[in-house]
Amino acid sequence: MKPSNEMRLQLESRSVNEGYARVAVAAFAAALDPTLEEVNDIKTAVSEAVTNCIVHAYPNEVGKIYIRVRLFEQGTMEIQIHDRGCGIADIRKAREPLFTTLGGDRAGLGFSVMESFCDKVRVRSTVGKGTTVTLVKSIRGRDATLEP
Amino acid sequence: MHTHIETDGQVMTVYLEGELDHHNAPAVREKIDEFAVGFHPTHTILDFGGVTFMDSSGIGLVMGRYKLLVQLSCTLEIRNLSTHAYKVMRLAGLDKIAALSRAEKKEAQNHETQQ
Repeated sequence: MKPSNEMRLQLESRSVNEGYARVAVAAFAAALDPTLEEVNDIKTAVSEAVTNCIVHAYPNEVGKIYIRVRLFEQGTMEIQIHDRGCGIADIRKAREPLFTTLGGDRAGLGFSVMESFCDKVRVRSTVGKGTTVTLVKSIRGRDATLEP
Repeated sequence: MHTHIETDGQVMTVYLEGELDHHNAPAVREKIDEFAVGFHPTHTILDFGGVTFMDSSGIGLVMGRYKLLVQLSCTLEIRNLSTHAYKVMRLAGLDKIAALSRAEKKEAQNHETQQ
């Protein structure tokens, strides 16, 4: 399926960029007229994926994070967050709720949050090469919620 | 992110304002922990009324503070959650470790539109 609109964004893996990344993606999605709840869902899922790049993919260096957002007819959006970091050895384990390789205040719920706020979450990763997380969400929009 | 702490007797209330993410959480955590360890509250209230965004870093913040406060025999309450922050916290089962309450509906919407 051909996207009706597309944008790309490249960021350095600095935590200060988390806010910008989620706001930029949410702003691009504005064309689909999302509800406030949908905007929050998008922002939160993007925030989780970008945080993963910063914390896990590039733990001891500043690398690049590549974001591609595509909008499709009927209000589906696809957000791809890609890094060229360390990769994930066991994706299934990484996606398990409460699993985290880091201590401190990491809840281990990043993927759980992405999954509950999006319709589909795909993860592709190669150790030493990088990871691509694809989030798919269909936006019902404000019009749909106004109907009786 | 702005953190403001007030006390009333042995009750400590922490007012949080701004966007709670991985970038902002460490400073909030340090401020709360440093104060709690010195003050030894019996009850702590985290007031999320001014929080305009929250991801799973908010879950980590609450879970981490709960672990510390339990050691101080202190109970935890979380107030004025937006609909979204409430949804994120319920997802993590935080209602099992702390009393969660939402903001008045009108107020919650107001905070969310400020984003």
